[in-house]
Amino acid sequence: MDESVSSLDKRIDLMRQHMDGMTQVVPWARETGFKVTRVERGQVWGVQPFAEHLVGDVEAQVIHGGVITTLLDNLSGMACAASLEEFRFVATLDLRIDYMRPADSGRDIIGEAECYHVTKSVAFTRAWAYHESRDKVIATAQGAFAINKPRPKASLGVPE
Amino acid sequence: MSETLSRGAQLEGFLANVPIVKTLGMHCDIKGDDMTTVLPFQDKLIGNFTIKALHGGAIGTFLEMTAMAQLFLVSDVERPPRTINITVDYLRQGHAEDLYGRARVIKLGRRMASVTAEAWQSARDKPVAALHGHFLLKRTGTTDT
Repeated sequence: MDESVSSLDKRIDLMRQHMDGMTQVVPWARETGFKVTRVERGQVWGVQPFAEHLVGDVEAQVIHGGVITTLLDNLSGMACAASLEEFRFVATLDLRIDYMRPADSGRDIIGEAECYHVTKSVAFTRAWAYHESRDKVIATAQGAFAINKPRPKASLGVPE
Repeated sequence: MSETLSRGAQLEGFLANVPIVKTLGMHCDIKGDDMTTVLPFQDKLIGNFTIKALHGGAIGTFLEMTAMAQLFLVSDVERPPRTINITVDYLRQGHAEDLYGRARVIKLGRRMASVTAEAWQSARDKPVAALHGHFLLKRTGTTDT
């Protein structure tokens, strides 16, 4: 049947096969250069390599927080895609980011996101950014994503 | 030395050296303590090609810089404030057009400040996104990090 109505597991497999493509088709993600590294049911991991053009604190040579916003926003949206039984587009409603400690200069940042609850119209997410492990976190994020209605319904063959 | 430069000139000098500001391509229009930031549209700011929408991360970065810049403008700190946390509400789709931003400092404390910011495109009363955040002020003589 149509790929867009395939089961969640099939979609997760598809995401795993296209981890590079998932960011290649997003111009701003290409600009920041982050990559998706792992996809599980409701969870997505990625890495943001250090790059000079992303620096926000010139003295400390640290990547700007906004780049972490981009990373965690995107991974959170993908975590929603990796947890919804039926394929739907999601849009960020809001995203809160707490900065726990500055990132180290010159080091890659690992991002991890999970979608921990889904209702009919909203998906809720949490995400972390760190160098080594969640024990020493750089930033955490909490998000809510609107689950868009399928469009057009008929072409997807989704019974409501 | 910096005493002779206006706050706006100091801010512009600071922003000119921040790589992420150049990467975004944003600039600001400062009139005294009043400022509007501008994010001219570029293809690289897109998040979704099929609907030609600006990326939420690009909008969030722009709003965070806008809030930080406004705070620098109205305070007397020598170094840029550091973000404690931000919440970004995505209210409408950002179209493939220029984006404008304005911020307001709600509370300016000695060590912390609360700031809101809004971004809009063709209509000021139809915001694309809104930010609320807390920032740490780095004053000379304090060793706070």
